[in-house]
Amino acid sequence: MVPFAGWEMPVQYTGIVDEHKAVRGSVGVFDISHMGQFLLEGRGAEAFLNRALTNNVSKLAPGQGQYSLLLNANGGVIDDLIVYRLSDREFFLVVNASKIDEDRAQLESLGFGDDVQFADISAQTGGIAVQGPKSRELFAEVFGPSAIFPEHNTVFFSITPTGVLYLCGTGYTGEEGFEFFAPSSEITDWFTKLNAAARNQGGMPCALGARDTLRLEMGYPLNGNDLAQDKTPLQAGLGFFVDFEKGDFVGREALVAQKASGLPSKLTGFHMTSQSPPPRAHYAVWIDGLQVGEVCSGGLSPTLSQGIGMAYLPVAASKPGTPIEIEIRGKRYAAETVKKPFYRKQPVIS
Amino acid sequence: MSNVPENFRYRESHEWIDPQTGAVGISDHAQHELTDVVFVELPKVGTKVVTGQQIAVVESVKAASDIYAPVSGEIIAINEALTNDPALLNTDPHVAGWIFKMKLTEPSELEALMDAAAYRAHIA
Repeated sequence: MVPFAGWEMPVQYTGIVDEHKAVRGSVGVFDISHMGQFLLEGRGAEAFLNRALTNNVSKLAPGQGQYSLLLNANGGVIDDLIVYRLSDREFFLVVNASKIDEDRAQLESLGFGDDVQFADISAQTGGIAVQGPKSRELFAEVFGPSAIFPEHNTVFFSITPTGVLYLCGTGYTGEEGFEFFAPSSEITDWFTKLNAAARNQGGMPCALGARDTLRLEMGYPLNGNDLAQDKTPLQAGLGFFVDFEKGDFVGREALVAQKASGLPSKLTGFHMTSQSPPPRAHYAVWIDGLQVGEVCSGGLSPTLSQGIGMAYLPVAASKPGTPIEIEIRGKRYAAETVKKPFYRKQPVIS
Repeated sequence: MSNVPENFRYRESHEWIDPQTGAVGISDHAQHELTDVVFVELPKVGTKVVTGQQIAVVESVKAASDIYAPVSGEIIAINEALTNDPALLNTDPHVAGWIFKMKLTEPSELEALMDAAAYRAHIA
């Protein structure tokens, strides 16, 4: 068990590699109760979120969700999150556990006004993610054959005797799957039930370690490692989730200025080209005898059996195929920049 | 339940040493905690070390862990097989997964290490 954002969380149940392979090959069940949830509702909620976040919530129909970013005035990333539109004037946000307080403070500082009601329901809400190619089978087993599997980036909610259950078609592994959030008092039972179903599909419970290796193989950023208050979403390669056309939002001016002046660095994927220890966060990155950055996230990819990582590098060096070196305990090992994701799912031949 | 051979001595940081051969490795308990060893950084033969000196590194998918000399002495052999098959630390931590062999300069230091019963209590 390790301390994580105020929680005690397992790094692994059986082993990171076994858990990782379960998600790629069958199905894995993750306890994500640590994650934060906010509700915003009211006539002004849509406009408020468009001012607070980079993506455009007006593009969401009820039942749809999108990835978005909460920036500071300098365009730096406070948090990355998912916004779901529950109805015309109700929104459900899922944020990182370690950023709940900062996120809330940032939103409060923008002033909700009379026409936005805000609630932080993180403490009362638990969550579970089910990820892997057998997610649909597991879903049918637990919820019954007539239940509708949530498609990607959709949300469905239901009132239960103990509170609201949110069922979301999202994940952090690159596999098909779903996440759901429910009153925390219900989560232990759900976890037990879903794991029993996962076992029937050849899957298993998965912990933080596998969650990290799975998301890294997809090149998904982890806030705190790959996203930071001094890096913009443009540098992180997340420009797709920034809507410059929707009107003003926090950080917009800084992003426009950065676009005009050019990016100082870019979050770049790399893999090791020599036999080496796995690259890890904070190792120095060298090009032509100069230290040009440090590793943000790194590790051994269980699927590729190769050291992979991400680092903010000068834009010229971020071009795929650039030779770089990673310094590990005083020794430099050869690596090269590559296009993300590191892992691409093979099309299933049927 | 971890396998703890009777004839070895153990350091708190989970290295074992075979007093007969001077072979050093990590315990079954340690390999189980680390799981999935993917890289072993071996010391150089001829290196002289003192008790508690960091001398090798074992990397699992999870983390890099330092390996410390359980006693003082000289490194007289290293297990080259680990370069291509670091997972030997997982599959056979007490025999094929030895990391290096030492010639002890102060054999009395072995007395300061835990015996099997004490180590079993340590990891319980």
